[in-house]
Amino acid sequence: MRALLRGLRFRRPIRSSLAVAFLAVLCACGSEDFSEAEKKAIGSLSLDALSDLPLDEGNRYSGNRAAAAFGAVLFNDEGLSGAGTVSCATCHKAERQFQDDLPRGVGVAETDRRTMPLAGVAFSPWQFWDGRRDSLWAQALVPLEDAREHAGNRTAYARYVKARHGEAYEALFGPLPALDHLPSNASPRGDAAERAAWERMTLRERDAVNRVFANIGKALAAFEETLTPREARFDRFAKAVMEGREPEEDAVFSALEREGLRLFIGKANCLECHNGPRFTDDHFHNTGVPPVPGLAEDRGRAAVLDEVQDDPFNCLGPYGDAAPDACSALRFMQKDAALFERAYKTPSLRGVANRPPYMHAGQFDRLEVVIDHYSNAPAAVSGTSEIRGVVFTERGRKALIAFLKTLDGEP
Amino acid sequence: MTTQKRSGGKGLVLAVIGLLVAALAVYAGYRLFAPPPATVDMTYNTVSSDGLYQVMFETDTLPIPLNETHSWVLIVTTPEGEPVNDAEIGIDGGMPAHGHGLPTEPKVTEGLGEGRYQVEGMRFNMGGHWEIRVGINAAQGTDEATFNLDL
Repeated sequence: MRALLRGLRFRRPIRSSLAVAFLAVLCACGSEDFSEAEKKAIGSLSLDALSDLPLDEGNRYSGNRAAAAFGAVLFNDEGLSGAGTVSCATCHKAERQFQDDLPRGVGVAETDRRTMPLAGVAFSPWQFWDGRRDSLWAQALVPLEDAREHAGNRTAYARYVKARHGEAYEALFGPLPALDHLPSNASPRGDAAERAAWERMTLRERDAVNRVFANIGKALAAFEETLTPREARFDRFAKAVMEGREPEEDAVFSALEREGLRLFIGKANCLECHNGPRFTDDHFHNTGVPPVPGLAEDRGRAAVLDEVQDDPFNCLGPYGDAAPDACSALRFMQKDAALFERAYKTPSLRGVANRPPYMHAGQFDRLEVVIDHYSNAPAAVSGTSEIRGVVFTERGRKALIAFLKTLDGEP
Repeated sequence: MTTQKRSGGKGLVLAVIGLLVAALAVYAGYRLFAPPPATVDMTYNTVSSDGLYQVMFETDTLPIPLNETHSWVLIVTTPEGEPVNDAEIGIDGGMPAHGHGLPTEPKVTEGLGEGRYQVEGMRFNMGGHWEIRVGINAAQGTDEATFNLDL
């Protein structure tokens, strides 16, 4: 009897494991059918490969929870705009991956660029599509004074923060300077009247306002650092592949999704730029994306190399907190403009299927159009496109899109 | 019967030998006219192209990371092993297969003595074959060393 039971106990698992193996062969869905090189690529894209977020040495409030909480308040505060109608959250909508689904962001008017999602934004050494700022806190200051975005000015913001958030500000950053005697509206980046008013202020007054303005950026950055990428189906699949076990439940990939993954890490050359756990190399590339008719000439990164080096709020400037040695992005930046003609930052692909339209000015309304673009590889209007055309079958196109959908994080 | 069989066996042996000779001839011809196989020196210790310097590097993070700015230490000596100090050093590189350069402009930021030089700003933004060229100008003359990395 015992022997019989033992036999049965043994036989069942053997039979079921045979069945599993048979099924695995049938649908070719075992993790073992990836080559070692493919497994390495899959692991490199997994969220598990993401390093801890390094603190921004240029922002002494980086990683500071109180600063992040204050930053969250400022992020949603429409008072931080010229007319009291625009906040960061106007375009960076929390429920929409912190972007706005529009071809180009709209503050008080339509801008020239697509609003970028914010998950993992603090990992990037360069901010904006063209990398015209070298830190998240320096980035946060630009839309505040842009005439088409928040359309305000730094002197007005310093006064507003003192009146509305003075207590919270001082608890973090120390005493606010005297501001009442300053002009209501003044900025070196404002309109003619605001620029003239700024010129009339003493160097000391300008410095005091700049310091408050920089701290607004540092609080906003501390908040944005907390927006990290969320685990997607792909990550659960990748984890199983890396651990050499069968993916389970929603981590099981369909044959089409597997084909798309294989294309992505193989023939389609996507990994050349969309690599690492954020699917971006944080660099700038000319991919021959056509300009939008009617918009001002846009040369991408080539046009902003001087701007980022001259920015008083950059890492080496008087408002950064880092020792100069720590400003590695700026100190070793590639400065050859010819390499960056119409080059734009590689965007992360996490959550990409859920946020059309695509490209730096929302040129393409669907992923199918994006894939056609990479397939056709048209010449760039200026500079040289780095894209070499890839021929996709109709199924290949569908597969690639199916794979990209697995990068959507939790709702 | 037996003789016939034997002569048939001999014929087979001759045919096999003939085939082998032909195959060898084809192989020899292939070796003669085919370009030599690409040899890529993957060591982090190399001799500059005119043989003036022995050049090595060490990195502060291994394996060499992707999308992370990091530092190298270059070690320059004469072929006899004498440290070369006070050299002017330039770093350049890229991916030959993709026709693009480095995403950064790395620089020697400090001479550490004993032929050692701190190189900061190294960054690689893609897996695959990278070439790093090190230009060296010192008392011995100007020369260039190349490292091949497979990331």
